[in-house]
Amino acid sequence: MHLVGMLVTGFGVIFLFLGSLGIFRLPDVYNRLQAGTKCTTLGAFSSIIGVGIMEPTWFWKCLIIAVFILLSNPISSHALGRASCKSGVPLCKKTVVNKSKDFCKEGKK
Amino acid sequence: MSSTSYSFREKSRSFIYLFVLLILVWLAFTSSFHLQELVIGILISLVLSIVISKEYLKLDLPSFTIKRFIFLLIYILVLFKEILKANFDVAYRVIHPKMPIKPGIVIIQTHLKSDIAKMILANSITLTPGTFTLDILGDKLLIHWINVKAENIDETTKIIGERFEKYLKVIFA
Repeated sequence: MHLVGMLVTGFGVIFLFLGSLGIFRLPDVYNRLQAGTKCTTLGAFSSIIGVGIMEPTWFWKCLIIAVFILLSNPISSHALGRASCKSGVPLCKKTVVNKSKDFCKEGKK
Repeated sequence: MSSTSYSFREKSRSFIYLFVLLILVWLAFTSSFHLQELVIGILISLVLSIVISKEYLKLDLPSFTIKRFIFLLIYILVLFKEILKANFDVAYRVIHPKMPIKPGIVIIQTHLKSDIAKMILANSITLTPGTFTLDILGDKLLIHWINVKAENIDETTKIIGERFEKYLKVIFA
């Protein structure tokens, strides 16, 4: 049981590392948020669940914390993304399409 | 805010749902079945569910049926599969020396009506491969896509939204 918990926690730690690497490497705010959201959600989720598997008496508490992270993490990064979109943070040079202006026009109709 | 009055049946139903949810959370936190802790938990859950049941009704969640529950379970499984896929996808893009990204901002359309369903859809899109919800206006969602495959609104809706919408449609029907 201890070994399984260690493996799950290790899996999570690898993804947390990849997420932080992505925040350094990717070009603009939106791409960085992509890496930040996805990798930290799975990373934090599986490291907390792994702790729960290592200590079976903590499992249900850990599950509640993990579900809370799963619900709140996308909302917080959505707020960051929306704020940077509204305040006009520029996109990187590789960007192919940008429909955010059309979107604002449709909203005003 | 419209001051709609809810029927007794709706009120009691939301009360029961909240009570069961709070008891489950309490049991998860204490993880024991001692009489003392159970009694305290039941008392606190009763008081809380009487106080909050009106706020819960404002969320306008659908009532509990077996069919909805089964679809919810399937939905959670699909979501987990997509989260795993998303992580390997982003990891691949980050590790690759040339960074194969092709970012862009696109619009998709949704047929869901209630606010809570739209919120769940937006959150699921944020957690799935390469897509990230920036804004919602009416039935349109503004999405940042790390690897743009289509620009047309119909095609983007099919690629991004469809896989979750078919389950959410049944759950919130």
